[in-house]
This record gives sequence, structure tokens and C-alpha cells, in this order.
Amino acid sequence: MIPLSHILLLSVILFTLGAAGFIIRRNVITVFMCIELMLNAVNLAFIAFSRRLPSLDGQLFVFFVIVVAAAEAAVGLAIIVALYRNRNSLAIDDVDSMKM
Amino acid sequence: MTSVGSADFIRILPELVLSGFALLVMMLEPVTPAGKKTVLGWVSVVGVILAGLAAAAIAFFPGSAFSASISNDGYSVYLIELLLLIALLTLLGSMAYLERDAIDHGEYYALILMATAGGAFMVASTELIMVFIGLEISSISTYILAGYKRGELQSNESSVKYFLLGSFATAFFLYGIAFVYGLTGTTNLDVIRETLVNSPSSANPQLLWLAVILMFVGLAFKVSTAPFQIWTPDVYQGAPAPVTAYLSTAPKAAAFAVLVRLLIGSFGHVASAGPLIFWLLWISAVLTMCLGNLAALWQSNVKRLLAYSSIAHAGYILVGVTAGGAEGTSSVLFYLGGYALMNVGAFILVAHLAGADERRTDVEDFTGLAADRPGMAACLTVFMLSLAGFPSTVGFFAKFYVFRAAMHAHLTGLTVIALLNSVVSVYYYLRLVVAMYMGEGKTQVNEASIPRALGFAIAVSLIGIFFLGLFPSGLLSDLTSLHVPWL
Amino acid sequence: MLQPYIPILIQFVIVAALGGIIIGASAFVGRKPRTREKLSPYECGSLPVGDSRGRFSISFYLVGMLFILFDVEAVFLYPWAVVYKELKWLGFIEMFVYILILLAGFLYVWKKGALDWTR
Repeated sequence: MIPLSHILLLSVILFTLGAAGFIIRRNVITVFMCIELMLNAVNLAFIAFSRRLPSLDGQLFVFFVIVVAAAEAAVGLAIIVALYRNRNSLAIDDVDSMKM
Repeated sequence: MTSVGSADFIRILPELVLSGFALLVMMLEPVTPAGKKTVLGWVSVVGVILAGLAAAAIAFFPGSAFSASISNDGYSVYLIELLLLIALLTLLGSMAYLERDAIDHGEYYALILMATAGGAFMVASTELIMVFIGLEISSISTYILAGYKRGELQSNESSVKYFLLGSFATAFFLYGIAFVYGLTGTTNLDVIRETLVNSPSSANPQLLWLAVILMFVGLAFKVSTAPFQIWTPDVYQGAPAPVTAYLSTAPKAAAFAVLVRLLIGSFGHVASAGPLIFWLLWISAVLTMCLGNLAALWQSNVKRLLAYSSIAHAGYILVGVTAGGAEGTSSVLFYLGGYALMNVGAFILVAHLAGADERRTDVEDFTGLAADRPGMAACLTVFMLSLAGFPSTVGFFAKFYVFRAAMHAHLTGLTVIALLNSVVSVYYYLRLVVAMYMGEGKTQVNEASIPRALGFAIAVSLIGIFFLGLFPSGLLSDLTSLHVPWL
Repeated sequence: MLQPYIPILIQFVIVAALGGIIIGASAFVGRKPRTREKLSPYECGSLPVGDSRGRFSISFYLVGMLFILFDVEAVFLYPWAVVYKELKWLGFIEMFVYILILLAGFLYVWKKGALDWTR
């Protein structure tokens, strides 16, 4: 059996990669994918804890996270499409019409 | 297995009514002819009022529901009523605006109802799964609302920023929940508190700190405290003004409610996490107040100015959260109520004064307004004075109670910083007032007289501001004697 | 501690070696005629038409989003089906209401014309 610490380490690495990508990446869609990566790191942590503990709550939580992430993805993509129609660019640096 | 009975459903009646009306509005929207969509706004108003009655009724059925995932106590009832009041004022303030800017679709009203239902679930929930779902229902609805002017670039950008930063924050909050779950084996706040208090040795303190920090960061984004406030000015400026009225109050109130329940109610009782929580709140309160107020000094756009002002107000509320205990909590609840009245009022009035497509939102555009529209200028002045905290308005007592709670908790340094900040804030609030009364009218104000629904909403917030500004002790003593088990 | 991973390491080495040998051998032994046919993206199969980065109709994205939503909502049916017998009538009614809400969403999407492909 794989020890809990290994799975958690993987989860932390994935979460950190996602967070770093969120800050570094310059394309809206890629940034959005980084958030999904972070959510999946969270899911992994929940599953790992749930397997270790005598509790199914973690797996239940993952179901909800998956569903909410899908809803978020649908709304997010719609928002991004609306932005693209008006701006014709998906670069984060172009989203700046309100700079002081 | 615990059974689910009718008592469970009664205790979430307000949320059920809101969700039901949201669905009804969604179903009616395709069959309502264009130009008649305001009817759906009135349907939503009825829904909010019914939900308010339901919330008043469930106050007589205290207790928990659905295997202790919903707690129906005085705390949640007050906050649900507050969210419903915000929704009501926003709905009344939006109808004429939506028609004027030709974005009057029924979805707007449905989304407001859904966001409010999500917020109500957040404040009533004692189960982190429910908190998360409520948070997301409210967030996803407001992401759409921020981008409601589909054809307008600023609205698009506001929506994209809100969406990206909001989802980022959610991921942090969730990761915090995951670690708490790993430490305690449960996601129920009451059980978490008992587990951590009764067997403190079982929990690895470093892991607990990590969990608390992650959850705090997630919520800090939602209530826009420094240094997680970067998204706020752009989002509030770009979103349609009535939506900003909602965004700057309802999700903030709900997130603060969760913050208090989590940090004061659950983790505040854990000895090893106490100092960490205290310093997190202290530092973030100071940063938020200073940053919000100093940045607001340089703003020329009214919506942006009010956005920074709302950041500063989040800082004052954090002072109350730092004070903690029954007094701190009641002062926070009082502040949230007063802040909602003045901020919603200010934003819906600005939405009207800004004119078609919100072309006039600079401070200069308000120059000489008092000569043309003395009534509206007087109303806006009251909102500004209340936000600045002048006596006889609710803003004064909101600040007074928070600072008093902080003094009683021996936070002298924090109180002094907060006082200095509120002195600084007077400058930028009065700048707008001075512009309205002193300056020569440059631009012709050609706004029609105030629409009736909007006028009613503004009147309600003005009455609330003056009533609570003159007789605050009634509400405060009610809030102090809330029977909340976790304090 | 790392003992159990040695087979994996050996497998990595074998895979890398085998891949290297095959690619190296074909580069070393094989002939390389540079005809036009050889340089086309697909040597056999259908002929490529247009740019691969061409734009799709927005309808694809719309239908894709709706598909994701309705598909993922169905995930709750699986755990429900597992404990269906224990939940008795309450579980049935609750799932019925849930499906009704999904149906309301579907009707809304339909009425709004989001499923109208030719729009």
C-alpha cells in the first residue's frame, strides 16, 4: 500500500504547480486550466485522507468538487468567449482597460 | 443512519423559497415577451419578501437540520434576513437601470435569487461541504452578473477577473478543508471543534496552521482584505453598478459570516491555533484599512473610489473579528448590516446618476449636481457621510461598536490605527460631497426623475441609516444576546 | 526504502534502450526518400483540408458546455443507486425533485434555442 505521505506530497506538488502556473501563465485559458489542476490536487488529498481515515466524507466531497468544477468550467468558458468576442485576444496582459 | 424529517425542510425554508422562485423566474423568462421582463423582477421581489417571512418564521424553530449540516440559530437568521434585504434593495434598484441600458433579461433576477440562496446556505451551514456548495452557488451566479453587459469590454474584464481570482481563492479554501478533514476525520464544524479541543495532542500543529492559513487566504480573497484585494477595484468598476451594489455587500457579508464561524467559532477555541489566528487577523486588518484608505485618496472614478472604500470597510470589520468573543461578533454583525444599507444605497444611486451606459462615473461628472438635482445630491451626501462615519448615521455607531469591542479586547494599537484611518477616509468621501455642492455644473444632468422602485429602495436605506444611527442599542442588544452555542 | 522501485527503474532503462535502438536502427539502416508524399502530414488516410488552427462555430462550444453540465450532474445518480433501497421513498422523491430541476434547466436551454444547430 502506498503511504499517505507520498500521495499528499504529489497533491502538494500538483497544487503548487497550479498556483505557480496561475501566476506565471499569460493566457486566460491556461490560467483557467491551472485552477482546474489545483482543484484536482485538492481532490487527490481528499481521496487520500478518506482512504486513510475510517470515513467516506472525503469521497463525498470529491463528488461535489467535481460537479462544482464542471459548473464553474461551463460558466468560465462562456465568460472567456464573451471576452474574446469583444477583445479578440486571450492574453492576460490585454485585460487592462481599467488600469489607473 | 439519521433520518430526514419535515423539521429539516422547515429549517431551510428561506433557501427553498428562494431556489423555487429562481427556478420559476428561469421558466417564465423564455415565455415573457421582450420589454415586459420587469414583471419577472417583481416576481423575484415577491420571492424575496416571502423568503424573508419564512426566515422570520424559522426563528421559532431553532436547531440543526440534515445531520447537523445546517444550524438554524439567531446568527444565521439575522444574516439570512440581511442577505434578503440586500437582494431586495438591489432588485428594486436594478429594474429601471436594466431597461435603460437594454439588458433587461429575466436571468438577471434569477441569478440574484440564486446568489442569495447560496449566501443563505453559507451563513446557516455548520458543515464545510455545505459551506463550499453555498459559496460556489453564490460565486458562480455573481461571476455571471459581473459580466452581465455582454457587449461591453469593461464588464467582460470585470467578469473574467472575478471568475479567475474567485476560483483561485476557492481552490485555497478547499485545500484548507482537505487538511482539516485529514486532521480530524470530519467536515462538521462542531465536531472539528470538539475533536481539536478535547485531544489537542492528536493534531499536528504545523498541519493545523497550514489548514487555517489556506482557509483564511481563500476567505480573504472573498472578503477582499489586503493583500488579496487586487481584484476588487477592477471588478467593482467594470461590473454594472447595481451588480456592484450586490457584489460589495452580500457575498462579503456571507464570507465574513463563514470567517467568524470558522475562526472564532471553531478554530479560535483551539489553543495551538489561537495566536496564529490572532496575528493573521491583526496584520490583515491593518494592511486592509491602510491600503484601502490610502488608495481611495487618489481615485477619480466614483465606482473605483467606492471599491477602495469597501476594502477599507472590510478592514474595520476585521478589527471586530480580531476582537472576537460575543462583543466582537455582535459588533461585526451590526457593522455588516449598516454597511449593507449605505453601500447598496450609494451604488444604486450612482447607477442612476451615471446615466445611460454609465458614461458619467467620474467625480468631476458629479460637479454641481446639487444645483440641478438637490434631492439626489442630498441622498448621496447622506450615504457618503454615513460611510465616513459621521454621528447620527449608522456608519458612526458601526465603527463605534467595533472600536469599543477592540478596546475591551485590549487591542489599543489596532484601535488607534483604525481611528486614524477613519479620519483619513473623511477626505475622499467629502471630496465627492464638496464637488456636488461647490463646483460649477459642467455637464448637463439630463437624468429623468428617480424611478419609483429605485426611490423606494433609497428611501428604505436612508430610513435604515438614520434609524440605526439614532437608536442603535436595540439591534445591538439583540445581536449581543444571540444564542449561539459556539461563542 | 527504495527497494520496491528497482523493477520500475529496470523497466525505465529497458524502455529507453529499446526505443533508442529502434529509432537509431531505422535512422541508420533505413532509406530516406524525400518525396512530396513522404513530407505530407499524413502519408496515408484522408487528405488534410485547410489550417488545423481554423475556427469552429461557437455552437460547438455551447453544446460542449451544456454536455459537460448535464453529464456531470448525472454523477450523483451512481451513489444514489447504490443506497437506493435504504433510502426508501424519501430518496426516490428527492432524486425525482433533482431530476425535475435538471429538466427545468433543459427546458430553459431548449426554449432559449441553445440546441438549435442552424441558428
